[in-house]
Amino acid sequence: MSPTNTPSTDTTLIHGGRVIDPANRIDDRVDVCIADGRIIAVGTAPDGFTPTHKIDATGHIVCPGLVDLCARVREPGQEHKATIASESVAAAGGGITTLCCPPDTDPVIETPADIELIRLRARSSGNTRIVTLGALTHGLGGERLSEMAALKQAGCVGISNALQPLANTRVQRRALEYAATFDLTVFLYANDHDLSANGCAHEGKVATRMGLPGIPEAAETAAVARDLALIEQTGIRAHFCRLTTGRAVNMVARARFDGVPVTADVAIPYLYLTEIDVSDFDSNCHVIPPLRTTGDRQRLRDALQRGTFSALCSDHQPHEPDAKLGPFPVTEPGISGLDTLLPLALRLVDENAIELGDLIHRLTAGPATILGLSAGTLSIDAPADICIFDPDQTWQLEPGTMNSNGLNTPFMGWELKGRVTHTLLGGHVVHQP
Amino acid sequence: MKHRNLQIGEDGGLRHFLCISGLNTELLVHILDTAESFTGVSEQTVKKVPLLRGKTIVNLFFEASTRTRTTFELAAKRLSADVLNINITQSATAKGESLLDTLRNLEAMHVDMFVVRHADSGAAHFIAGKVAPHVSVINAGDGRHSHPTQAMLDMFTIRRIKGPDFGRLRVAIVGDIMHSRVARSQINALNLLNTGDVRIVAPKTLIPVHSEALGVHVFHDLREGIRDADVIIMLRLQHERMSGALLPSEHEYYELFGVTEEKLAVAKPDVTIMHPGPINRGVEMDSEVADGSHSVILEQVTHGIAVRMAVMSMAMHHREDSPE
Amino acid sequence: MNDLDDISSLIVRMADRLNTLTREAGRDNPVLVGIHTGGVWIAEQLHSRLDIGEPLASLDISFYRDDFTRIGMNPVVKPSQMPFSIDDRHIILVDDVLHTGRTIRAALNELFDYGRPASIVLAVLVERGGRELPVEANVVGTHVELKPDEHIKLSGPDPLVLEVRQAP
Repeated sequence: MSPTNTPSTDTTLIHGGRVIDPANRIDDRVDVCIADGRIIAVGTAPDGFTPTHKIDATGHIVCPGLVDLCARVREPGQEHKATIASESVAAAGGGITTLCCPPDTDPVIETPADIELIRLRARSSGNTRIVTLGALTHGLGGERLSEMAALKQAGCVGISNALQPLANTRVQRRALEYAATFDLTVFLYANDHDLSANGCAHEGKVATRMGLPGIPEAAETAAVARDLALIEQTGIRAHFCRLTTGRAVNMVARARFDGVPVTADVAIPYLYLTEIDVSDFDSNCHVIPPLRTTGDRQRLRDALQRGTFSALCSDHQPHEPDAKLGPFPVTEPGISGLDTLLPLALRLVDENAIELGDLIHRLTAGPATILGLSAGTLSIDAPADICIFDPDQTWQLEPGTMNSNGLNTPFMGWELKGRVTHTLLGGHVVHQP
Repeated sequence: MKHRNLQIGEDGGLRHFLCISGLNTELLVHILDTAESFTGVSEQTVKKVPLLRGKTIVNLFFEASTRTRTTFELAAKRLSADVLNINITQSATAKGESLLDTLRNLEAMHVDMFVVRHADSGAAHFIAGKVAPHVSVINAGDGRHSHPTQAMLDMFTIRRIKGPDFGRLRVAIVGDIMHSRVARSQINALNLLNTGDVRIVAPKTLIPVHSEALGVHVFHDLREGIRDADVIIMLRLQHERMSGALLPSEHEYYELFGVTEEKLAVAKPDVTIMHPGPINRGVEMDSEVADGSHSVILEQVTHGIAVRMAVMSMAMHHREDSPE
Repeated sequence: MNDLDDISSLIVRMADRLNTLTREAGRDNPVLVGIHTGGVWIAEQLHSRLDIGEPLASLDISFYRDDFTRIGMNPVVKPSQMPFSIDDRHIILVDDVLHTGRTIRAALNELFDYGRPASIVLAVLVERGGRELPVEANVVGTHVELKPDEHIKLSGPDPLVLEVRQAP
């Protein structure tokens, strides 16, 4: 575990692998040369390059380290669920070299000190880079603005009110305008809280049968409509987090077509699971926003393929066992997803939902662009954040094969195909077999 | 579906009784037949049989309920079981003991069966998934999801009055379907028993989305809904519905959906009126109907004991390995 | 095997022996209790021949069986009919076949839930070996020897027929 602020002095040659770097339109069997923690060549090695380190990537795929748009590492405040130390190991094991954590920690991320704390902890564990979103309002209370200029100065990559509501549309408008002053991207969770009320499942056939309080589709679409209107009004650059309904996707696609500066992402569980998976009260399928219909799932997949979603994230939410032990409505929502992001994403390729190159884009350059980072590429001189994986290796998801502290996943027991063999962070190998 | 595996033991018999969905017609009829034999017990001089002697049944009620709890207690005692009543109020759980901890503590006292009522849908299911192999769970009502013993006693009542052929029956359920676990269980049971026509009647705010997925015909007009009905089941309207912006007033509800002798004229002449109780007189129905010749509300209560005796003895005697 | 074909003769013999027994023991005004279903049929036949004032009582012992957990629920249970108080009465308990003795044990338990009789005598149409409990009949219509995999069954009520069958 080497600190990430010190570039590796190794010179490394990754040879024999199929290099896929969508940002630079590379998909070829070439070598990658690394020195001083940076990529110095993709293709022919420079004259006199003598690697101290060689990684044989024959039969494997070499791509930029994955950029996970949303992963909760539970520090500060919820260390009983997971820690930066534990989750950064899981990230490295999943080929994820940069992850972004939302501001709903305890305390909320709203001062430069909060941002610095996370950065330091990430650095000292040294397995992945962690960037943060700052709180949009004070304490995420939805009424008073946070000190966004200070947050930007301290290095937050965007601003968000996470899952908490804003007091009213007037406050929302002001908050967006203030954020626009500093050219901050606002990360929106489109949810009308009055419509979703105490709901815990999609308001549809299954919730009706099960007697579970429902969250209607309109809770998302009404919010997206309102948010789009305010985005145009305020000129903010905005990103919709984890959309779940086909209707909302259409609204965003149309807005993008009209030139509104809006992006959107989807979380991987929603491309597999639907409301039907809640039929036996499995609390591992309790997520917010809820799993929607099979029709929505298909439209989400289409939107990922088309690029309406320019990023695919894990929405990682590790929990301690107690959080999921109880009647469905009172369990805490969320799936632990760092371990399964890549293999589940690759399965989409097997299912012909998306081409491999496009998929890797959605996991690397796409999210990096949204976060305004220069990560997610194998460009010359970029930090050597690299993911090498065996696309054919099959393995079973079990508590023993998971690295996250959170074992709360409905994919437990699934046979997965695709496993990370090496992860490099600034040229250091932070994960290997 | 995991539901079914939880409820049915290895021998195909009932192990837990959590909800109607996931069971089959034969099992439902078996429950009704078994309940039939227990009605005789309540008419004997000695109102007890030794079937569950030495067994301990815990009534674990997280929601207050005198009526249901009393029926279960009486049923258990008529089976010669020992009964423990535990009422866990909101404040007790707020003190921090999790549902699972409460369960474990009780299990440590070697109980044989839990009868559970809880405000959250899925609670009985959760408990059934956690208990030791020889322990059975009976759902006395979980959130909005299921109240299977109520549905069975209603089916028992209908069968006794109208005969075993549900296929020729039109049954209308009137009232707050949206929030009703009783209605969901009744609809499942009626469909499993191949009822000819199952209808729900209520204003749109009280009918859940996609209710056609439940297997019913939806009506928003009472007279249309109960036309030529053989059985009308009224559901209780709770006062909270007014403050939740679901209904303007009890008065308007009574005008539109309250059952009166006059409105009953469109139903079959021998229509049976049922209500799980307690009744809001002047809201769901007027006293004339509640106390009239069509009403079998009191018989439902009597049948409730026999049905619960049946379900408890069937579940208790499932063939898992039990410690001596 | 002749005996099994002539049930009415067996019943006449049983009635005679019961009359003698109750008179010699000084048991006045006995009452008849039949065990469902075959015992009730036999008891009905005996009732008319024994000149008993009270109506016939019947017991369904399903709820009192000790092998309950192994055979599961028998849903077709007729309620026990006890139209009189049994306290201090002399009871003639009647069943069709006495085999292991468990049915009689269950019937005795049930009777004692109703009250405290002065005495009980047991009359059975057929006695076969294979007792698992210390129970014996006072009056037996006929004794039969059966192989372990055979069982004997009374069908009725009219006509009453005894059949020996192989166990399934």
